Amino acid sequence: MLKIEDLHLSFGGIKALQGISFEAKPGEITGVIGPNGAGKTSLFNAISGFYKPDRGKVYFEGRDITDLSPDKRAELGLARTFQNIALFRGMTVLDNIKLGGHTRLKTNVWQALRYFGKAQKEELELRRDIEERVIDFLEIDHIRKYPITMLPYGLQKRVELGRALAMQPKVLMLDEPVAGMNREETADMARFILDVQEQFGTTILLVEHDMHMVMDICSHIVVLNFGQQIASGTPAEVSGNEDVIEAYLGAAA
Amino acid sequence: MINGNLKATYAADERVLNNSYKQAFVYGTMLALAFFAAFANEYMILIACKMGILLIAVVGVNILTGYTGLVSLGHGAFVALGAYTVTMLDNGLTGIIPNQFMFFVVVPIAIAVTALIGVLVGLPSLRVKGLYLAVATLAANFIVIFLIEQDAFAPWTGGVVGIDTPDANLLGWVLDTNREMFILISVVAFTSLLAAQNLIRTRVGRAFIAIRDRDYSAEILGISLLRYKLTSFALSAAYCGLAGAMFAFFYSRILPEQFELDLSLELVAALIVGGMGRTMGPVFGVMVIVMMPEVIKVFAAYFTGGDAASARYISPLQEIAFGLLLVFFLLKEPLGINHITDRILRAANRWPFARG
Ligand SMILES: Nc1ncnc2c1ncn2[C@@H]1O[C@H](COP(=O)(O)OP(=O)(O)O)[C@@H](O)[C@H]1O
Ligand SMILES: [Mg+2]
Repeated sequence: MLKIEDLHLSFGGIKALQGISFEAKPGEITGVIGPNGAGKTSLFNAISGFYKPDRGKVYFEGRDITDLSPDKRAELGLARTFQNIALFRGMTVLDNIKLGGHTRLKTNVWQALRYFGKAQKEELELRRDIEERVIDFLEIDHIRKYPITMLPYGLQKRVELGRALAMQPKVLMLDEPVAGMNREETADMARFILDVQEQFGTTILLVEHDMHMVMDICSHIVVLNFGQQIASGTPAEVSGNEDVIEAYLGAAA
Repeated sequence: MINGNLKATYAADERVLNNSYKQAFVYGTMLALAFFAAFANEYMILIACKMGILLIAVVGVNILTGYTGLVSLGHGAFVALGAYTVTMLDNGLTGIIPNQFMFFVVVPIAIAVTALIGVLVGLPSLRVKGLYLAVATLAANFIVIFLIEQDAFAPWTGGVVGIDTPDANLLGWVLDTNREMFILISVVAFTSLLAAQNLIRTRVGRAFIAIRDRDYSAEILGISLLRYKLTSFALSAAYCGLAGAMFAFFYSRILPEQFELDLSLELVAALIVGGMGRTMGPVFGVMVIVMMPEVIKVFAAYFTGGDAASARYISPLQEIAFGLLLVFFLLKEPLGINHITDRILRAANRWPFARG
């Protein structure tokens, strides 16, 4: 589904990624873990098209997308959330989520200026779809008209997931979806992620700090340390790996 | 519970006039405009026409600056392009196109031309933001005025001394009085405002706001910065072109100096005073910007008893007041008059319950 091949990326002297290769299999949850500064977010930015890799390729459904701009990748069905929430703070929850439907709508400027006709039909269809498939699903009915700034952190994370879901993505990338959450919020989020996989069959790529959650919900795990891929495999394989234990203990020490 | 806001269907919830206050306000305004057209005196009609023309342009600037977050100090150029395109085309096509159809040919062309030039002027926005973009658009303003003033083009543009403009002719109805022009301008301004509101509540407008609020986030949702920034420039320029067309039909003569930096600044100032990125912002802003100099004139005349010698103080006074007004809003009410009306409406909505 999403295949990364020998990805290299550096910022000046810092080698953020050094030869990352793995594949996110269709309908599965793949986890990327590693200590702070390991290069997880950089990897996401390279996959979504913000950073141009020095070397290596990104394939989406077999197609080489290494040279596509972020908006083109989104159009193909690649959605993501950010480690430090990137919602539109001036808008309501509903408008934020509606933006996720952008590429599926076809209204042009001229139709938008007139509204009645095509634009209205599309907007109402979008609204219905979002209400049923996102707002009900994520249990955020009560806050749909709230401005983002009025929401607690945990709910903001959920709205950002909602915006990504509104894209009806084929591949969903989540950058630390439970960072900063309490135990209850973390459990809720883990349940939503599993529900997305189950109900929509979405391929999920997950960056997470929280080892327990990753071990619980991922079927395949890639471990990064200082920009290098030190292990990959099933949760059982990875948690038994010497290098991984070393990296995590080393980071904790 | 906030009264009047319960909705049974999504369609009802997605309406522009989604509560009874807004409905009452809009229908009331339409009625008031009709009465105004019938009974207002010549002076009031003149002021209202000025407001209407400026409003069309400010609605355009609001799309670019208020909603897309791109600053322009050059939109006076598009008003000039609209006014001059209409005038030059009307002159050039006389005899080729029957007079009663002229309006419906030259106005769309003027809009298209300004939209196209808008795209060109918007190109720097793909690389620079903020102050740098403001300077780039400022340069566009200078270039357009410079070209209009060139002697080489004077046979068509009239050069520095300006050029006489045609009257609007709608299928044989010649709008040769200000009162008739007021009807046209109000209809065009109202339609412009409604169209902008439609834009903002649909896909295209949301994309603009997304770019304003967080451009990289917009990109990962599939919004092409290139396409939407240029679209925003084209649209805002087209609105200004339309305003320019009205300007040409309204005044009997146009001069290049009417479209210089002063006008560009006035457009932005009206937006700041009224409220950026809000539907009614341009309306409030334009009212204040157009009324203020008039009010000062009236007061000055009252205090000096109409003394001709002191009349020369009026113009600098107006400019100082303009500056003070801007400073006041930037410091005290940066979200503009629209924000003040929001607070009043919110209080009215909750009455007689607690204030909030
Ligand atoms: N835009 C950037 N410019 C310079 N260095 C960066 C940039 N983004 C990330 N880095 C560096 O790349 C390394 C990996 O960072 P990051 O991908 O954010 O790690 P993680 O998400 O795993 O915590 C860090 O050393 C970080 O300082
Ligand atoms: Mg990170």
